[in-house]
Parts: sequence; C-alpha cells; structure tokens
Amino acid sequence: MAALKAGTRFKSAVCDTQVMVIAAPDGDLELTCGGAPLVDVTADAPGGEVAPDHKNGTQIGKRYVNEAADLELLCTKPGEGSLALAGTPLALKEAKALPSSD
Amino acid sequence: MNTMMLLEMAAQVMGDRIAVQCEDDRWTMQDLFTGAGRIASHFRGLDVENVALLDVSSPAVPLSLFGAGWAGLPFAPLNYRLTGDELDALLERITPAVLVTDSERAGHLADRDGLTIMRRDELLAIARGDADPVDPDWGMEPEEIAILLFTSGTTGVPKAAVLRHKHMVSYILGSVEFMAADEADAALVSAPPYHVAGMAALMSGIYAGRRMVQLPNFDASTWIGLAHKEAITNAFVVPTMLARIVDELESGAARVPSSLRALAYGGGKMPLPVIERAIRHFPDTAFTNAYGLTETSSTIAVLGPDEHREAAGSTDATLRRRLGSAGRPLPGVEVEIRDEEGKVAPLGQRGEIYVRGEQVSGEYKGRGSLLVEGGWFPTNDGGWIDEEGYLFVEGRIDDVIVRGGENLSPGEIEDVLHEHEGVADCAVVPVPDEQWGEGVGAVIVRRQGSEVSAETLQAWVKQHLRSSRVPQRIEFWDELPYNETGKLLRREVKDALGDG
Repeated sequence: MAALKAGTRFKSAVCDTQVMVIAAPDGDLELTCGGAPLVDVTADAPGGEVAPDHKNGTQIGKRYVNEAADLELLCTKPGEGSLALAGTPLALKEAKALPSSD
Repeated sequence: MNTMMLLEMAAQVMGDRIAVQCEDDRWTMQDLFTGAGRIASHFRGLDVENVALLDVSSPAVPLSLFGAGWAGLPFAPLNYRLTGDELDALLERITPAVLVTDSERAGHLADRDGLTIMRRDELLAIARGDADPVDPDWGMEPEEIAILLFTSGTTGVPKAAVLRHKHMVSYILGSVEFMAADEADAALVSAPPYHVAGMAALMSGIYAGRRMVQLPNFDASTWIGLAHKEAITNAFVVPTMLARIVDELESGAARVPSSLRALAYGGGKMPLPVIERAIRHFPDTAFTNAYGLTETSSTIAVLGPDEHREAAGSTDATLRRRLGSAGRPLPGVEVEIRDEEGKVAPLGQRGEIYVRGEQVSGEYKGRGSLLVEGGWFPTNDGGWIDEEGYLFVEGRIDDVIVRGGENLSPGEIEDVLHEHEGVADCAVVPVPDEQWGEGVGAVIVRRQGSEVSAETLQAWVKQHLRSSRVPQRIEFWDELPYNETGKLLRREVKDALGDG
C-alpha cells in the first residue's frame, strides 16, 4: 500500500467496514480489516470470509490507533471485521468527555 | 476529507432522526443528505466558483453548506444585515457565485454580473424534489476550501478567513463524539449562519445526532418560549443574548426552561455579573464557556460545568476569578502566551495568545497564511495563563491603552467596573492625553435606578487597581453599541469619547 494521506478512504475487502485516514506514518503499511488487506473505497472488493481472529468488529464514529499512536483511522461505516496493522490489532482510541461547546 | 462525510455517517446510522427544524419544517438526517446531493448537482450545473448565502437561519443553510461541500465549492455565508456598498464589496470578492437568499433580496440583487440568484424556497423545493438521489461523489482532498467566513470587520475592512475541509473535520472529530446525543435531545441554534459559531453548531449537531431547532431572529422572550415548547436540552448564546435572557427571567415575564441541561456561551467577553446571575437562574444547567476565533474553526478552549459551579459557589478569590476564564485548551490544541519580543512568557504574565492545532487555519483569502514558525497562529488577543493552566482572555491587543509607555488592558479595568453594583455595562477605551499620549476613558451604562457618579467609580477603580488605571474621563450613556453577534463596537465608543 502506498503512502497514506489524511483524508484517504479505504474499505474492507471482506466486510462492510469503511475507514478514513486521520494520520499515518510514512512508508508502506500493511493495513488489514477482517484479516484481509484494505482496498481503495472505489475498488471492487475481492470478497471472502472474515478471519476468525480478526472478527471483533468496527464501530462507526470511533477512531482506531496503533501502539505508537502515529496511525489513526476513523471508522465511517461499521463492519464485522477488525482493523490491524501488520497483524497487530488497532486499539479503540478513548474519547475524552468534553462539554458540548456549540 | 470532506465535511460531507460527517453528514453521510449521520445519515447512515441515524437517518430517521430530525436533523434540523425551523418552525414546522423538519428535515431528517436522510432528508438533508439526499437534499444536499440534489443541491450539489444543481450547483455543479452553474458556472460558479463559490456558493454564497445571504439569509437568516433556515434548513436552506445546512443544505447549501453541505451541497457546496459535495459540489467542491467554498461556502460563503454573508451577514444579512449588510446592504449597499458594504454588501457589494463582499459580493465582488466572491463572484462568479450562486447566492442563496430570500425572495425580497433576490429582487434587489437580480441582474448582477457573475451572480446567479437562487431563492430559498427554490432551493428547498429542489432539495425536497423527486430527482433521483445522487451517488456520493464528493472529493476527499483535505486542502479544499469548505467555508469562506468574513470576519466582522469591527477593526477595518472584513477579511475572508479560509477554513478548509481538514480544519472543520479536525474540529468536529476533536470536540464531538459521534452520536453522543440522545434521541430526545434538542439544541436551540440562535447564532447566525455568518458567524463561525453558527457553522460549528450545524456540524456538531449533525455529528452528535442532536435535533437542531433554528431561531432566525433572536429575542429573549422567543428564545425562552421556544426552549419550553421544544423541550430544548442544549443551547449556545453570545453574552448579549444571555444578558437579555436573564433580564427577561428577572422581570418575571417568563419561567426558566427546566429542560435545558447545557448552556454554552462565547463570541465575546462575558461580564462576570451576567454569568453569576445566569447560574443562579439556571441551577440545574451545566454552563460552558467556549473561547475561539473564526480563524481557528471556532472553539479552542473551554471552561466546563464543574469549574463554573465551583467558582460561582466559592469565596476564594482565585477560584471565583476563574469564572472569567476561557478555561483550558481542547485536546489537540496548544495555547501559549508570548511577550512583545515573541518569546514564550512565563505563567501569570500578560502577552499575546498564540494557538496551534489541526483545526487552526490562520489564513485569509488573498493574504495567505498568517501562521508563524512551528505552525503557531498569533490571535491578536491579549491574555495570560494561570498556575493551573487556565487561560484568561483580555481582548484585542489593538485595544490596549498605552499611557506614558505603560500598557493598560481595557478588559482588566472593565472587569473591576462591572463589579460595581451601579454598573450595568461599560467600555474602557483610550482618550487623547497631552501629558501621557493616551489616557483611560470609560463609558458607563448605569443599572436601572442607580445614580452612581464618576467620582465614586474612579475611587472604586483606585481601590482595586493601580492609580494609572483610574479612568480620567467617564461618560454615562443609555447603552453601548454592539454588533448583532454581541461584539462591542469599541471604535465607535473611542471615536465618540475622543471627540467629546
């Protein structure tokens, strides 16, 4: 996968998940959902099964980060599969409770 | 990255929720989404570079905002109080453009070069129409311009702040939890569309899934009435609105809307007595002070509900003073104070407020970016930060009074004057002084029934501040000039006092 730009959208090859890149480190990233590589949002999904160990699901509106916290994806459509970078699951970024300001 | 994505997500998961309502006209999230697509198709068929809006709040505002985002065109909401030359000057800067407006203005503005007029009812009919829904095909380039927002121009010719999709999306993602609202929640939106708070309110409301009830023309009694009728749970007001709401409640003409859980305010400095009275009248409401600028995509710091209660109920001077603070920066936003040489000032020292973060644009059309090294934006607001990181904003640096080489902050003196029981409102401005170059002048609006004298107020200031801060000239007026979003027209006060 080429360098990721903020705003780029991907979808899962094997479930309904869609994500948007918020931040990403340089270099090739092995991003997967449901165990299969993410594909461009406009591409045809190759299809297939969600791998059993990548089946924790994604939630819309939640942000997912790697351990180094330099990769951040926003889930824009939920699905059955879970997100991972080079095989390591991404973690749900804890939301800070903020008072409504507008 | 495109603000349309926020609406798409909301429509996917909360499609049946009411997104926006104006009187009896209700639009669900799905209605807005489908409508925005139809409006985008229409905009694309016109040969324009911008989508402008000259109108009060209505469902046409979110439809044209998101329709513009979908079509890849900047959205420029204009101040509907502008007329004649002022309006012409702004229109000239954004043509070729389509202008969404009401029927009456549409008549006046017809047949102008580069301006395609679209009436509000025309737009609503297209959005509600039977054209096939459009496939999502907006661009995702984060650098595209989402909103062109003209600053209020209280200090000169209005500047068009450039807010890109990346700025607005960063602001929303950083400050609002997706679908955080309960289905029964409702927000009362009274900030006008041409104010950054009006734009931010629309996007926040949609992302949170909160029904937005629009109030096109604010007055206190209508606001309170609507809050009762619609069981409003959240609202944002500018300080002058809150002062009028509290006056209305104190006159006994209206009951406190008990459904109101959260009341946020911003857009100008809140006088301490007004917020203290408000807290007394709304004992069960959570107050939030939101400080932000047009150039920072709205809010950058908040003083939350707990801090309000703690400060209001305290006899401790430091805690109580905090009620006049803008709070702490949002996550992802950094704030620092710099001295006149541009060096970071220690805590407690006054200087200029600098801010940086993903939501900070700091760019004006035709002038480029004003960001300095490291991505910091000099806000032109003066202020300081206390030991616990609370930010205090003291007004525009340009407003500082330079008396014999000493810089005096009008805000500091106004705060003290406001504390006097005879003072309903006040403004401190420079007056010419032969000896010092500039001296301190003050205009006072007396509280009803008060006969407080200039000498009494001078003694009052001297009791609380150094003698250089004592106004040498005090005038009493019936009211101060504010613009419609509650910003004090300081220049008018200064000119009037300087001539006197």
